[in-house]
Amino acid sequence: MKTTVPIIVAFLAGVALVLAFFFDQRTLIGSLSQELRVWLSIVGGFTLLLGVVSITRVNYAAVKQRKEGWFFKLITLVSIFVMAVPALLPSSWSSLFGRQEGSIYDWLFLYMDAPMMATMFATLAFYIASAAYRAFRARSPESTLLLVTATVIMLWRVPMGEWFLDQLPGDIPFFLNTYIMNGINMAVQRGIIIGAALGAASMSLRIILGIERTYMGKG
Amino acid sequence: MSGIEILQIWIMAFLTLALFSFLYKDNAVYKLAEHIFAGLSAGYYVGLIWDTVIVQQLWEPLIAGKALLIVPGLMGLLMFGRFSQQYSWISRVSLAFVMGTTSGIFLVTQLHGLVLAQMRSTMRSMAGSDGITDLLLSLVIVVGVIATLIYFYFSKEHKGILGGTAKVGVWFIMISFGAHFGYTVMGRVSLLIGRVQFLIQDWIGSFGQII
Repeated sequence: MKTTVPIIVAFLAGVALVLAFFFDQRTLIGSLSQELRVWLSIVGGFTLLLGVVSITRVNYAAVKQRKEGWFFKLITLVSIFVMAVPALLPSSWSSLFGRQEGSIYDWLFLYMDAPMMATMFATLAFYIASAAYRAFRARSPESTLLLVTATVIMLWRVPMGEWFLDQLPGDIPFFLNTYIMNGINMAVQRGIIIGAALGAASMSLRIILGIERTYMGKG
Repeated sequence: MSGIEILQIWIMAFLTLALFSFLYKDNAVYKLAEHIFAGLSAGYYVGLIWDTVIVQQLWEPLIAGKALLIVPGLMGLLMFGRFSQQYSWISRVSLAFVMGTTSGIFLVTQLHGLVLAQMRSTMRSMAGSDGITDLLLSLVIVVGVIATLIYFYFSKEHKGILGGTAKVGVWFIMISFGAHFGYTVMGRVSLLIGRVQFLIQDWIGSFGQII
């Protein structure tokens, strides 16, 4: 019961969506597939909420037990509620509620969340530079290729570097754009996409057939 | 510049500098900003999902008479059974539904939309070549795709022709990763320039308004 029912559910849902590929949208199986996609979106939404509830529970337990760093966990909890609660309340009650322009949710996103997100990614520039300093050593032909390509691409993307490349004999920017970006880079991306897609397809088949069951956990 | 605008700029500047302070070392101000960021990001998704999924896709159609939507609604609620040790298995049904439908969509889209489409584009680029540059480019793509795939093929030891082709694959991969690395660095540096511009132009610029 605990394992068989989920396997049957996964099988039926998976097979219905695979079969829908071969039928027109106006047929019963086609419309069923459309309905299942909406259902997936709804259940998927609940799984994301489950994650937030889980974060709240973990942080609340740490605050309650006054564990190390509990004050910062309290800040996380307060931030979750300050952002989420006004968004959950209907905008008909007040223009500050809901998600529309001028609401608390919108203000917190624009003036706190978005700048912090940009700063977090900007901080990575320093760590990438530091990692590059350690990793980019021309110790082998392969690592030299990596080093040279990265350096040339970085040069190419800044006005001064572009001017410098233009001074060299031959059309280096054209060569970079044609053979490196649209040639070698595209070929490798295609190879990786084909490999990953074959892996994803075989894993999907394993899940539909009930061979892959690790997502169910233990018990 | 109004008082509210100055306050907004100062809040953004404080949070930006607090996060940058980690570059010196881990400290309490950074931790404060980091936990605010984590909390706001989680809260952001609650608001987003509540509005776009629970209200727009579930509640409003349900009220309009689509009674069948009770099923995904119940499956969603069953997910929370995960918090009970005794009834955690109930959530498997919802999880199985998510896994099954996602697998069904993936099985078709990955093969039909990615594998075959990418292989078709690779092969047809040779046939449709126009001029020597185009032909050379198509050749680079075909050799690159095959060599990359062979490098990632681990079911046979990389020796002989297989080993040689895999070696070519490594060269292609290194060039591609180098290009990606260059682009990533430039993207991050561009974000950094944006934040520094904000601090210099907006934040330091607001000093004159206060004084």
